Amino acid sequence: MQIELNEEQVLLRDTVRQFAAEVVAPRAKEIDATGEFPLAYFHQAGKLGLAGVCVPEEFGGAGMDMIAYCVAIEEISRVCASSGVILSVNNSLVCDPLMRYASPEQKRRFLVPLAAGEKLGCFALTEPDAGSDAAALKTTAKREGDEYVLNGSKVFITNATHADTALVFATVDPALKHRGISAFIVPMDSPGFGRGHHEYKLGVQASGTTQLFLENVRVPADQRLGDEGMGFRIAMSTLDGGRIGIAAQAVGIAQGAFEAALKYAQEREQFGHPIADFQAIQFYLADMAMELDAARLLVYKAAWAKENLKRFTLEAAQAKLFASEMAQRVTNKALQIHGGYGYTRDYNVERFFRDARITEIYEGTSEIQKLVIADWILKES
Amino acid sequence: MAVDFSLSEEQELLRHEIRRFAEERILPGTRERDRTHTFPAELLREAGEMGLLGMLVGESYGGAGFDPLSYCLAVEEISRICPSVGVTMSVSNSVCSWPIAKFGSEEIKRQFLPDLASGRKLGGFCLTEAGSGSDAGAMLSTARRDRDDYILDGAKAWITNAGVAGTFVVMAKTDPSAGKRGISAFVVDAASPGIAIGAPEEKLGLRASVTAAVSFTACRVPARQMLGVEGGGFKIALATLDHSRLGIAAQAVGMHQRALDLALSYSRERVQFGVPIAEHQAIQFQLAKMSTELAAARVLLWHAAAAERTPAAGRLAAEAKAFASEAANRAVWDSLQIHGGNGFCEEFEIARLYRDVRVTTIYEGTSEMQRLVIARHLLTS
Repeated sequence: MQIELNEEQVLLRDTVRQFAAEVVAPRAKEIDATGEFPLAYFHQAGKLGLAGVCVPEEFGGAGMDMIAYCVAIEEISRVCASSGVILSVNNSLVCDPLMRYASPEQKRRFLVPLAAGEKLGCFALTEPDAGSDAAALKTTAKREGDEYVLNGSKVFITNATHADTALVFATVDPALKHRGISAFIVPMDSPGFGRGHHEYKLGVQASGTTQLFLENVRVPADQRLGDEGMGFRIAMSTLDGGRIGIAAQAVGIAQGAFEAALKYAQEREQFGHPIADFQAIQFYLADMAMELDAARLLVYKAAWAKENLKRFTLEAAQAKLFASEMAQRVTNKALQIHGGYGYTRDYNVERFFRDARITEIYEGTSEIQKLVIADWILKES
Repeated sequence: MAVDFSLSEEQELLRHEIRRFAEERILPGTRERDRTHTFPAELLREAGEMGLLGMLVGESYGGAGFDPLSYCLAVEEISRICPSVGVTMSVSNSVCSWPIAKFGSEEIKRQFLPDLASGRKLGGFCLTEAGSGSDAGAMLSTARRDRDDYILDGAKAWITNAGVAGTFVVMAKTDPSAGKRGISAFVVDAASPGIAIGAPEEKLGLRASVTAAVSFTACRVPARQMLGVEGGGFKIALATLDHSRLGIAAQAVGMHQRALDLALSYSRERVQFGVPIAEHQAIQFQLAKMSTELAAARVLLWHAAAAERTPAAGRLAAEAKAFASEAANRAVWDSLQIHGGNGFCEEFEIARLYRDVRVTTIYEGTSEMQRLVIARHLLTS
């Protein structure tokens, strides 16, 4: 039992922190206001190895471990949550399943440019009527010779306004329910593959969220990921890992808000004192630090479990549930400490406050995490 | 350096051994001892034989020389079964043996530690007074130098193990005009003339542990039994509490684990609306929350224990104590709720736990004091 980053992880943290401060932070407020997708620095992040942190170098990635990945997502999210989720999706939801299920040929063609950050990936699972109940998806994949023909629509797909490659989940037979679902690697420029308009959201405004439309999109059978009918398992196991990335994002958002509040509390004077002299504010700061430490440790534990143990579903669900709820509380307190100033767009805390909200929803709502956790502990003991 | 959440082989073995001792030896009489306010002297003797009362004392003084995490694992396992035995053990180890081992002269260590470490004598810590709880510096007890002795006068309150302890660490003012810098620490034989033990307190919980007032009237203590230097007592008290918080956090984690285990087994057996209540989402969500907060409390505790020699140790221990004790209170509350009317009856163990857990946010530093400690670290670092 020891929690100390190793030399390589510290080096990565320092590199990412510098990149975040110099490249990401200066434009964070602006892209939040405009919704502009930060494609340029996604490619720059790729050059630092951040597009495929855990992908071995031979496949274009940085060849590092899950802890390093969490550190990277936290550091980026600490200044810009949109950039955090863009990287998290590319790493966790696209590169990771390709690493685990793709054929050598698929890895060469698709994984290498994604892990290097030359191309951007998205994960197309959710549909208008299939959110938490992913097995109810309606997008169909009909086999025709050496191809599948895909029809349907997807919603709330992060990165999709600018993605080059989509991992699309579709069913070969809706009657088979989850056993009919298969996964396909689909270039976004395939004929019949259309994108909707950019969703205007409460937070993570620059994450390129949009709808996708598939109209007779022809996908060669050799672009199916895994076997036919294996798609649901691929999706669920991928989300297990994705949850760790989102939990790390929540920790980063909360850390950014906490640091701003700690600084503000020592500068702002009321009643003749810096407000940090008052117990009410000290208690807020103490609670924030305590919950942040607990959440970060749960994230590290889930990452460590994924790296070292066979199972990590429970740890990942606990980390995501706790970290995302923690981020609501911490960003809320950070805003409260800033008072009226915090409610304006002159400060960053209102952005952190808005951005935190989604972490309780995407890649499995808090309610789904609780069901996953209850299922495990009732089965286990 | 690494991020590693695994226990060593020795730690796993110790945990297993103590769990067996707790379940086989301590569990059977728990309810009866609670009902009759009976202190389990025989069980403490057995615990002493196993080395559980000298865990933080080096082998050359008859102790077992365990690391802080092993100690926390032991307190957790004992407290899971009986928090009264847990606190008796924690007090003897953490606030009596530990400061003697840390600050005592060679002579004092040789004189007092072997009996404490073997469990032949239990330890107590006389800091609190009726008028000085969190504000320990306001104590009124005095220690007046008289040739080779100090003469102690004063009244201490709520002293755990008073009446069963053979050795006390006592704080008293050698210079009443110097505030907290006038406090000195002494190791005192509990059988010394001039010491009177009050009637045991009737407490809400922890009824199989003994708590009483201790008064000193012209009690002579040889000057060589001073711990550290004259006027150094307050620092010793704070250092001791910084460390002992881990023991109380471990006690809270043990109770939290028990509350969850009881809720899991009850909710699987209890049938309402035709199904075990564990199948209802409302119950599942409570279980998931208890389990997630337990995981968070445990990683905070383990990290604080593993980091005991780092500069962040004080903050981490305070975070672990505040979080673990408050989370345990929530968990016990939820577990009793799941038990319904049964849980309100003493026939069910959760009723006792509900009373026992309450003190964990109070003793060895209230939650409020922990937050002030955390805030002080944040604002000065």
